[in-house]
Amino acid sequence: MGMTYVQKLLARACGRTGVETGEVLELPVHLAMSHENAALVINQFNEIFRGIGREVGREPRVWDPDRIAIIFDHRVPAESSKTATNQKKIRDFVAEQGISKFHDIRGDVGGICHQILPENGYVRPGQVLVGTDSHTTTHGALGAFAFGIGATEMAAVWALGSILNVEVPGTIKVVVDGEFPSGVYAKDLILHLVGQLTAEGANFKIIEFHGDAIRSLPTSGRLVLCNMSVEAGATAGVVPPDEETRRYLRDEAGVEDELDLFAPDADAMYDRVVEIDATRLEPQIACPHTVDNVKPIGEVKGRKVDQIVVGSCTNGRLDDIEIVARTLKGKQVAEGTRMLVFPASWRIYSDALNSGYLQDLIAAGAVVCNPGCGPCLGIHQGALGDNETALATTNRNFKGRMGNPGAEVFLCSPVVAAASALTGVISDPREMN
Amino acid sequence: MAKGKVVLKLDNDISTDIIYPGRYMATVLPTETPQFAFADNAAFNQALNEKQFPAGSLIVAGDNFGCGSSREQAASCIKGYDLIVVARNFARIFLQNSINVGLQMIICPGIEAEEGDELEIRDNKVCNLTSDKSFAIEPLPKARQSIIDAGGLIPYTRRLLLERGV
Repeated sequence: MGMTYVQKLLARACGRTGVETGEVLELPVHLAMSHENAALVINQFNEIFRGIGREVGREPRVWDPDRIAIIFDHRVPAESSKTATNQKKIRDFVAEQGISKFHDIRGDVGGICHQILPENGYVRPGQVLVGTDSHTTTHGALGAFAFGIGATEMAAVWALGSILNVEVPGTIKVVVDGEFPSGVYAKDLILHLVGQLTAEGANFKIIEFHGDAIRSLPTSGRLVLCNMSVEAGATAGVVPPDEETRRYLRDEAGVEDELDLFAPDADAMYDRVVEIDATRLEPQIACPHTVDNVKPIGEVKGRKVDQIVVGSCTNGRLDDIEIVARTLKGKQVAEGTRMLVFPASWRIYSDALNSGYLQDLIAAGAVVCNPGCGPCLGIHQGALGDNETALATTNRNFKGRMGNPGAEVFLCSPVVAAASALTGVISDPREMN
Repeated sequence: MAKGKVVLKLDNDISTDIIYPGRYMATVLPTETPQFAFADNAAFNQALNEKQFPAGSLIVAGDNFGCGSSREQAASCIKGYDLIVVARNFARIFLQNSINVGLQMIICPGIEAEEGDELEIRDNKVCNLTSDKSFAIEPLPKARQSIIDAGGLIPYTRRLLLERGV
């Protein structure tokens, strides 16, 4: 019997010839990522070692300080003394333990964790990668088995170097063929898929992406697909790695070592196969208050928007900023609508600055903020007022998500956000003059 | 056998943003998170903070309870009041977090109950004493049973470390 991509990956990780769906494994972890919630991980890590008979003065040590990544991104720079104190505790722990992959609040190496990991070459095909963030699924775009866990689970990983009691998930194969029409992007594909599968349709399963539309998609688009796979409940999303993976890691992430690429078997067993014809896709909008409440743009256009948000771990990459800047260049954001742009990392911010995109955005009236997660989840800048409507390139539109349960959030691709910024209402980019 | 009243009835797809709004995420310690449980539902949050509900009271929800973020505060804030969550099913990370922190949750795909109903949890079913109906319980993932038996992931991991001599 053939194996899916993740079955093959898990077999290799455990030094076995094969694994079966439903089997329970203890997996060695190649990379363990946290952000500000490392403050809770540290607390739980110390709890594990409490009363374990350590000699006085011998602090518990993490299993491997080179395999832990900590990135400050949720509240940067700190919005409160409480956050600043948490960040200080984490910084002290990083220094004590010698954690090497630490990205502080800095304009050279800072940014959102799900961009920092890929662009620094920390993610490789075949890895087992866990993160205390649900969007850790992002890293499946580079062929890792990457999934979100809670803080106590991470504390156990820091102690043991492995993740315990993982049940090998079943896999949904998604085959996307055909070329994307003009004005349609990876974001529209994943919104369409989440709408089709529903918010729980892939719960406890892997989504494995195939088809020529995926093969021709650059890594930036694949990151979008895997990032939002969790919105269908998936444990992980994964794109089997290929030449594009090699190109990205070599040219954009500075990875020089030899990569070991492998593919799922042709006779692998899937729980379900979903086929999508990319040529038939239209721009999609996820309507309040669930990500699976997805409609083609024609059913939503014309709705007034108070705030447009471009950025986040989903759509804050250079190609996203570029298309928004090109759309806005020489024009103005509509009166009565405010536009916020959050690049996903400082490297992207700097590239967008050097390319003139940020100047075009500012001249059009957009506010360019520092890279971070804040507005996406309503914890730092960009909160909505009562009864306001936001249109965002982020990944969630749950009630209260942008800091106000009395407001509404619609989700879209960057080009839809840009077209709508010019009109102040949800607008179809294919109908722009 | 546990017996308690339903103190909150919820719909499908209750996200962690509803259970523990993002703006309180700077508060992380399990001893401090309960004050913000369901903070956007002011009346329920107040009742929780006033300790109106005895331990073992129940929250009943539909499909996909705890979807969204991996924030463990969503499990620890409910655990702080020793409430039990009965849902048709749970999102993966929330379910695992709940087991890890010792929050009692019950997967009950057919559950029918309203606020004020009295429920009794028996071995493999939830009995609604008010409506006189009972509903089968689906077992929690077998991979996690040893963690439940140990009382949570911290004591489980501590024991493993001692066994392995780490």
